[in-house]
This record gives sequence, C-alpha cells and structure tokens, in this order.
Amino acid sequence: MASDGDGDEDFVNYGTPLEPLEEDEPLRRPVPLHEQTVKDEKGRFQRFHGAFTGGFSAGYFNTVGSKEGWTPSTFVSSRQQKAGQPQAGQQQARPEDFMDQEDFGEHGMAPTEISTSSEYQSSRRDKIQDKAKTIHALSAPIPGDTLLEELIAPARLSIGVELLKKMGWKEGQGVGPRVKRKASRQKTKKDSAVKVYGCAAPRAGSEESEDEEEDEDEFAPQNVTFAPKDVSPIDFNPKVGVHGLGYHGLDPGRAMRGGAAAGHINLFSMDSDRASSLIGGKKPHPKHRGGVAGQAFGVGALEDEDEEVYHRDAMSNYDMVLGGEEPGDGLYGWTAPQQYKKKKEKNSDVSYLGKILEGFTLASKTVEVKTVFTPPSLPRDFRPVHHFRPVVDLTKVSPIVAAALQASRGQMVPEPTGPSGRHNMDSGQRAALLGEEALQGPTSVLDMLRPEDRERLAQLRSSSQPAPGPAPTKDPHGSMVSAGGAAARALAQQALASRFQPGPSPGGPGPSPAALGPSPCGPGSFKPFEKNPSKQARYELYVSRMRQGDRGALDDSIDGSMTEWERGREREEFSRSALLYRPSGSFLSSRFTSAKHTDDLDSVEVPRDQEGDEDDKQAAVKMKMFGKLTRDSLEWHPDPLLCKRFNLPDPYPGSGIVGLPTVKRDRFSVFNFLTVAEPTAAAPAAPALPEPTKRSRWDSTNKKEKTEEDPLGDFLSTARSQASAAQGGPTSTEPSSTDPAAATDPPAEPDTKTKDAPGSDEEEEEEEERPSMDLFKAVFASSSDEKSSSSSSSEEEDDDEEDKDEGERLAGAGSLFNITPSVKSATPSSTAAVLPALAVTVKPDPDAAPPPPQEEEEFGPKLPPPSAALSAAAGESSRCLPPKQEKPTRSKEKHKAKKQHKHKKDKKKKKQKKHKHKGKEKEKKKKSRKSDSSSEGEEDAPGQVSTEELLQRLKNIRSKEVW
Amino acid sequence: MSFPQPKPQAPQLPRHLLRTIDCNQGAVRAVRFNADGNYLLSCGSDKSLKLWSVTRGTPLKTYSGHGYEVLDVDGSFDNSQLCSCSSDKTVILWDVATGQVARKLRGHAGIVNCVQFNEEATVILSGSIDGTVRCWDTRSRRFEAIQVLDEATDGISSLKVSQHELLTGSVDGRVRCYDLRMGQLHIDFVNSPITCVCFSQDGQCTLTSSLDSTVRLLDKTTGEMLGEYTGHKMKGYKLDCCLSGKDTHVMSCSEDGHVYCWDLVEGSLTLKLPVGKAVVQSLSFHPTETQLLTAMEGRVQVWGAEPEDTEEVEEGGMMGAS
Repeated sequence: MASDGDGDEDFVNYGTPLEPLEEDEPLRRPVPLHEQTVKDEKGRFQRFHGAFTGGFSAGYFNTVGSKEGWTPSTFVSSRQQKAGQPQAGQQQARPEDFMDQEDFGEHGMAPTEISTSSEYQSSRRDKIQDKAKTIHALSAPIPGDTLLEELIAPARLSIGVELLKKMGWKEGQGVGPRVKRKASRQKTKKDSAVKVYGCAAPRAGSEESEDEEEDEDEFAPQNVTFAPKDVSPIDFNPKVGVHGLGYHGLDPGRAMRGGAAAGHINLFSMDSDRASSLIGGKKPHPKHRGGVAGQAFGVGALEDEDEEVYHRDAMSNYDMVLGGEEPGDGLYGWTAPQQYKKKKEKNSDVSYLGKILEGFTLASKTVEVKTVFTPPSLPRDFRPVHHFRPVVDLTKVSPIVAAALQASRGQMVPEPTGPSGRHNMDSGQRAALLGEEALQGPTSVLDMLRPEDRERLAQLRSSSQPAPGPAPTKDPHGSMVSAGGAAARALAQQALASRFQPGPSPGGPGPSPAALGPSPCGPGSFKPFEKNPSKQARYELYVSRMRQGDRGALDDSIDGSMTEWERGREREEFSRSALLYRPSGSFLSSRFTSAKHTDDLDSVEVPRDQEGDEDDKQAAVKMKMFGKLTRDSLEWHPDPLLCKRFNLPDPYPGSGIVGLPTVKRDRFSVFNFLTVAEPTAAAPAAPALPEPTKRSRWDSTNKKEKTEEDPLGDFLSTARSQASAAQGGPTSTEPSSTDPAAATDPPAEPDTKTKDAPGSDEEEEEEEERPSMDLFKAVFASSSDEKSSSSSSSEEEDDDEEDKDEGERLAGAGSLFNITPSVKSATPSSTAAVLPALAVTVKPDPDAAPPPPQEEEEFGPKLPPPSAALSAAAGESSRCLPPKQEKPTRSKEKHKAKKQHKHKKDKKKKKQKKHKHKGKEKEKKKKSRKSDSSSEGEEDAPGQVSTEELLQRLKNIRSKEVW
Repeated sequence: MSFPQPKPQAPQLPRHLLRTIDCNQGAVRAVRFNADGNYLLSCGSDKSLKLWSVTRGTPLKTYSGHGYEVLDVDGSFDNSQLCSCSSDKTVILWDVATGQVARKLRGHAGIVNCVQFNEEATVILSGSIDGTVRCWDTRSRRFEAIQVLDEATDGISSLKVSQHELLTGSVDGRVRCYDLRMGQLHIDFVNSPITCVCFSQDGQCTLTSSLDSTVRLLDKTTGEMLGEYTGHKMKGYKLDCCLSGKDTHVMSCSEDGHVYCWDLVEGSLTLKLPVGKAVVQSLSFHPTETQLLTAMEGRVQVWGAEPEDTEEVEEGGMMGAS
C-alpha cells in the first residue's frame, strides 16, 4: 500500500523509532536478552508458540484455543461433509478462514485493502495486486495458472490511453497542439544529431522510417499540420553498481549479435546496419560473426582484427563548451524539460494568435516597458534652502555670549532642552554616539587660546556682569577687541571650524580678518626646545613677554648666569624660533603629526671607547714593556656579511652597529672642545710634516728645549702668528706656500734657534715667558713650506691632526664654533688634498728602470728607488742629491722644527713632575742632545751605537725611578 | 733493541742563490709565492703584474690593467684568482688563466699599499694610505666595500688575514688585530711606523717590523713582546719581513742590501744574506719548502737551502758577484 503511487503521503514505519538522544542522559543499560519481548500493535506480548500451535497468534499466555484466546478454525472433511463441496447450511471453507489477522494485514499473505483497479492502473505493475493475483492463482483450480494467463494476456490499455485515443491521439505522437511542417523537420534534424551519452536509453524506434518521413516533409503541403514530437519521459534510473558513468556491461542481445554494437556513438549507422542485416542482406562482415563481444572484453586470440575491439572515443565527440553548441535534443542536459522555442516560438505565437492582418508583420523585437516611478511627494512645508546653524552649547558659554548669540540668530534655535532626539544633537555628540574618533589637534578655539586668555574668559563667564573691565588683550596682530565680542566671534568661528563647511553664519557678525588669520596660539602647542626644559621655560617666558609688547623680553628671559656667547646664541635661537613657530603652525599641527625623532644636530658621534693615553704607552714602549700598557682592546663589530664571508658566526648577533660603537656627545660641550683643542694647542706644528719616528724620539732628543706654554697662550700665539702671516705675505700662509724654492732656507732658523737654546738656565726662564713671535713665524713658515715639498719617509698621525687643525685655524680663526664634528674625516681629506700633487709629480716610465721618481710625494714609508745607480747614490749620501732629491735632509730639518713643538707639548705634560726629577731631566737632555747629533747622520750611518747607549741609560733611569 | 737516534737536523736556511730573474718591469715592488709555492708573482713599477715559474724562471703571464705601479699581490687558495693593488687607488681581481680583469674595485682615496685574500677568497682586504682597510666582496656584484675599517689614524702599510683575524700595521705606529670571531679590536702600540706585519705559522704570534729598524715578535693574545730583532737597517722604506716556514727564523729586508735572518728564540743573527747593493724591497718565504724570494730593484732572486744544479748556481754566483 505504501508504495502505491496513489498514496504517496502514507508512509509505513517498520520497527520502533530510536528515541531522540539527549546529551546529558546517562547511557542506558542494554536490555538483556531474556527481557527482550515482542509486542504487537496493541501492546500484547507476542510469543511464538510453534507453527501449528498458533504461532505468534497464540496470544497471551497460550490463549490460543482457550476461551480468552483466538480459536483457529479447523479443516474438516469427511465422507458426509466433504470440504470441497458446499452444502446447505454449511459454509464452504475458504482460505481466509484459516488466516489470522496478520495475514490480512498490510504485510500479510492476503491483504485486504482498497486498490486501483487494473482498468485505471498505469502500466506499472502493482506489487499488491500481483500478490492478490498469486493468491487467487493458488485458489484457482490449476495452481499457478495465472502464469499462463499472463502469457496470453490481452493488450490492455489504461483508461487514460483510451481517452487520448478517442481524442485522436496515436501512439508515438506527442501531446499538444499540432505543428506545421518546419517544426517536425527541425525535430528530425535534431534527432539525427542526437548524441547519446551515458544512461540514455538507446532508441529503438525505426530511424529509417523517420528518414523517409523527412524526405517526404520536404514536399508536404503548407496547410498540413503534424502532431508534436513525443516526449520521451526522462528516465531517472538510479545508478547501480560501481561502474563508471556510461559503461555498458555486456548486453547479451548485442553481444551475441556482434561486436559492432560496441560503438554507441555512431548509433544511427549501426542501427541501420542492423536493420539491413535484419532485413536479410547478409553481409559477410567479420565484425558480425558470433561470439561474445563488448567493451568489457578484450581481444580473443582467434580474432584477426583487433583495431575496433577497443572502444575508441575521441574528445571531439563531446561538447567542450557549455551552452555553445546546443545539444540537438533540446534537453539542455537531462534536467530541463524539452522546449520548443526558437523558430517554433513565432509560429506557435502566430498559430495561437490566429491570422495576422494584411500589411502587418509581427515585430521582431518586443518593446520593453520602462517602469517609471513617481517622484516622492514633498511635505508641504519643505523649503529647498538649507541653513547651517552654529551649534553652541549655551550652558557652557557665559550668559552674555549666549544672549548675543541668540540675538544674532533670532528665534530660530530652540533652547537645548536635553537629548530629545538626534536632530537636537550636534555633530560632535552624534560622533560620540557613533563612536567616531575625534580629530586630532585643537578642536575648538578655546583650546588654541593662551592659558591666560582662557582664564580671562573664565573670569568673564563667572562674572555675570558684562565686561568687568576693559581687560584689553593685545594679540600679536594688534587687534583690540572687547572680551565679549571676541568670545562671540570665537564661538562663531568654532562653529564654523567644527562643521568644516562654508556657510553664512546667519545674522551673526561676519568672520573678521583677524579671526580668519592665524589665531593667537600659546607656546604650549609647540615646543622647539622640548629637550631642554629650562630652555623651553625661558623661551616661553620670552614669547609671552613678546606678546605683551615687551621689547626687552629677550634680555629678560635669558638666564643671567650664562656666558655672553651662550646668551647670544640663545637670543638668536629664540628670535628665530619665535618667527618660525608662528601661530599658523597650530592649525597645521592638527593636520600633521610631529616627528617622533628629530635629527640631533647638537650632538656628535664619538667613539665610545677611546684609546689610552699615548704618553703612557710611549713610556712603556721605551721601557720595552709591551703588553698591557701598550695594548687596548676595544669592542668592534664586524659587518654581518663579513662574518658570513669568513664563515664565522656573528659575535654580536642582532646589533646594528658596525665598527666601533659610538656615543653621542653634545656638540657644544666643553669637553668636546677640549678634545679637539688638545692637539691643536699642543702641537701647532707643520702640517703633513713627515717624520720617521714617533713622539717618543722627540721626547728623548728635545729635552733641552724648555719652551713651555699653556694651550691658551699657544692658541693666542697661533692666532697672532696667523695675523702676522697674513700681513707678512702669502709665503707664510699655507695655501700660497707651494713654491718649493722658497722652502729651502727658512727651516734653518728654528734649528739654529733651538740648538742655541739648550741650557739648564734657560729652562726656567722659558717656562714663564711665551716664545717670541719670531719663533712661531719661523715655525709656521717652515712648516707650511715643507708641507708643499714634503716627501719624507713617514707621516705621523699627530701631524695629520695638526695639519687639519692648522688648516682650520688658518681658514677661519674667528669662527671658532664651526669646527667640523668629525675628527677622523679630516684625515683622508687632508691626504686627498695632497694627492693631486702626487699625481702630478709622479711620472713613472713603463720602460725598464728609468731615473726613479724619487721626488714623488709619499706618505708613510717610501718605496725604494727602482734603479741601482740612483739608489746607490741615494744610499751613499743624501746630501749629494740634487735639490729635488734632497728629501731626507729636509725631512730631517723638518723633524727638528717639529721637535720644538713636540717638545713643548711634552714639556707641558711633564711640568708637574719636573721639580721632582730635575736631575733626570738634565740627564735626558744630555742624552737627547747626543741622539740629536747622531740623528744628523741618520741616513748615512746607522745610529746603532747611540740608540743602544740611549736604551742603556733609559734603563738606568727607569731603575732609578722605580727604586 | 735500540733505534738510531734521529739526527737533529740543522735548521735549513736559504743560503744558496738558485736563480735570478730579471723581471723587466721596472722596480719590483713586491714578490710573492702563490698558494702552493710553484709560481711567483712580481709587481712591477711599470703597472704590470707578472707570473713566473719558480723552478724554471720563465715568465708565464703578464697581467696589465693597472694605471700605476703595482704594489702588492695575493693569490687565492685555489690559484684561480689574483688580487692586486696599485698606486692608482684601485684593487683588481684577476682571473689567472685568462689574464682578464674580473673586478676593478675603486673606493680608496689614496694609493693602496697592501692586499690580501681571506682564506676562502670570498673577501679581498685592502689597506690604503688613506688609513682605511676595505673589505671587498668577491661573491656579489656589489661595488662598495662590505665594511670599511677606518680605525687607523694614518695610512695602512701592511695587512695579513688569518682564519678569523685581520692584522693591520699602520704608519701611526699601531698594530691592530681585528678578531672577527670575538668581535674585538686589539691595538698594540709600537711607537714607530709599521712597515710590515705577519702572523706566525702557529697563529700565536705576530711579527712587526717598524721604521725604528726593529723587528718585534709580539704575543697575539696579550701583546707582550717575545722577541726583538735588530741589526738591519729599516729607516725610510717600506720593507717586508717574514717568518721562515717552521717559525724557526725571522727574516727581514734591509736597506743595506742584505736579508737578515735571526733565530727566533735566541734573537741572534744567524744569516746575513747578501742580495745586492741596493735596497731589498720585498721577500717571500715558500709556504712549505725552504725557499726564499727576494726582490731588489728590477730583479727577483730565488734562494734555496741547497744548490740545485751547477749551472744555475754558477750563474747565480756570477750574478751575485757582479
């Protein structure tokens, strides 16, 4: 019954449904077997009592046959009363008599239910009906005779078919209005182009006849209509099995007929083939011989041809594009019902509309109807003008201002009576409600006001009187306004600013030029000296005084304890920043964020670790105490890439530093000046003065000179010398002293002087007094000259520094504070400055051993001369050399010249010790004199003896010192 | 059973002149063995760099491309590349076989005194008169130095590279040892312009020659002086010094035309090799054998422990006599 097509809503439930699971329910214990019982629909326990003792119908506790239970009828047949023959008064026994309730039930053997009679049934077989039939068959005289009946069953037609037939429908036709010839032809065309894929049932119709029909159609008269094509019902066969889509198993019918059945694509030709073969034309085609064939089977060993055994499919047989080429059957896949559109559409339209009037044709395009919406209806009191009203919280403003505002606005604005709706809120409130972020920067004019002004306003607000006094505020623009008017204007402006919309402030005073211009702004909004609080405070004081028109603000605000120079600097800074940080900045500041890090111009990067004192080291070297004293170990950061190239792990992973770590120091720090000034003061000697030995030598050789002076004196003298040099002529200044010819004589002067100078008595005197100007002049003249022609054996770092400092001083002695921050950067530059000269002077000859370019300027140790003759000459005596090659002697002289200054420096340092070790000093002097004299012959004879002697004595001294 | 005691072999010194090579390239500024000691490289003042066979004394290749006299050269460990530096402020990386310039590195502000490959030839280190050491990358196409070591306050006269250390000698009288592994810079004050620095073979010591005519052997880790070698003359010129193959002797050029050879431990002068009358500018000790190269003026001389064959010796002797 359930599967009956008529009663689709009725479902049959077998068994008991599972109880819905509850999550928190504890697991139920399973019912043990002996407690599992079967109950019928009425809740009675059912037990099986054996097939002949009632079975399940034995009922409750073996009630079958009892008075409580059900009594089955018994089959009795006797001679008098035969079972098969119905007699009077006796019921004929029927099979139903022996059936119980269940047997008549839904699933019983003889269900007694109402069902569609076969007359109205579709061709589909009804299972229940079948069952009933079988039961009847059993009761029939010949058991199973229904089979025969079915075999010779008359063709029965359902009532629906009969009705259709009566209406003129014929089998094979479609149902619907009749169509003209074209449609049918289209149909056939389509039909021939059909490609059958997958599970589509192979068409069994006679295509040949259709072909003929098509041919006939060509000559069919106009007024003949045809029935529409029969719609083959879409067969929704469930896919069974695990085969791939479109796989046909062995179709016995086809397989036995021949292998040609395999090709399902050329269905038409195959079928025609088959048809012809059926008709009788026996084709001796090897394909058509018997045998099992199909896609599932390979090639037998006995078969000759195997090329067509395997189904060859080509991708061209399939549609690759969706919707490109319409599949012929018009099914658009299997889902859509077949449609008859396209050309048919017009026809059908016409056919349904009837005849078209003469002179009219059907429109090829349908006119689309445009939908027109009616405009919204305006409210009656709508005025197409919008007024922007300044929004002022009247409660927060002083009553005077509020009154003024209200007067200016007229009666337009109602009193804010609380948050009574969103239209009463201003943009700020709405933004707050919506959680928008407020714009950065001063949002109201009040924020921009100076604190004093704000205070004044507050005072105004608190006092109910209008304008307690004139209290004139003189803003930088010089506009004097009364407080009330200013506040009102400010508020109006605030309204403008807060809405960011240009619009007439209704009735109110127009924006004054002062209000449109940069508003007065307190120094709190910008702090040019933020890093230095005290300075900032001073600046603010200055600014505020400036506002009040104090001319002397600058001098008052600056700290009196500062030096004149500092004061001057600060004065300049203040006035400049006051100009720069004009109030317009506050408007801009709301649009721009200030930089987090400013370039620090006031500080200089200085190596963090400094080398130890050189003098100590020199002393240590002298004593040959290498080791801790002469060694400095610094932290040094190699470049990560360098470590990578060296196949080494980075010793400082993650550190961004490369090289020596540096620290920042105040650029104008006194200590900085000291560090820079030290070499300057200590050694105002020749620039780029080459000397083969270090200061230690000078220490030993020049002890006799006691020209002592303090750095300041030195500096002053330098400045003086520079001035005098400038007066004296270009020869004494560095840049102009490039003439080598002029350089020959002057060095002699200092030499003689210094040589004459020695003496223990002089020592004391010279300590007190500054050296004469002549000396300095001579020194500077000589040094600068020598620099131009310098080609000595070596250069010393001190010289380099001196050179630089000297140059700087000469360049601008006045501009003390323009000292370049980097000490080191000057070194390459100084050398670079000399390099062009080198490039000019050196002209190497590529040919073998030309006269050597001995005069080439070199820094550091020289390169030996390339040719033997010249080198021999040079080796024997440097004095014999031509002036150009006179370099060794000159350098010697230079050394002497330098010695003086070096010595000065050393002297200065040793001054404190001097009174203690006077004896030692003298001794040293003697020694140094000796070594000095020996150094005369430095080039021609090895000064071995003297140096050894020197060392010996040094050791002695040292021992004396120590013990 | 007693084995005969192995005779204590007297330390071999390159006493014998094997051959003299006239380089024909102006003054030879530096002479260097290659990595295995089979070839030698000579830097000429005529802008050329020449490769010679040591055993035959024949020129093999001339590398030209420098714009000024070549001052130093170094060969890579696999002999495939050379790097040289010159007074034209450039460092050139050469391909040995083709003689082509592989890379020309500019950046120094002055003449470049010394150049070295690192152990794997991935970095070229060059020291210049501008006081900087520049580390050039040979692996990338970058033209800037990886790092510039500008700690020196005067020109760099000499530098050497070991596995993880970089030793530089500067005219400011300081020997700087950059320890890449430890991230340390050790500065040893010598108080005289340094002309040449060397590592000892065992890597524990550094040898430093300075313009005060002294060669000093310093302990690398502490900076203490282990030995001082004097007697030669080095006052104005940038001359080389070196250690012998097994760290037994210290050798130094001298301005008096000799190569001085001291015993490392005792500090006594063991050999005074007469090279010529002029200044011995450069010398190089064979990496494995007892062989010494000296450069004087335009000639390179090869010295060995024992005379090779008679002709050569005679010829060499004649040359030495003349």
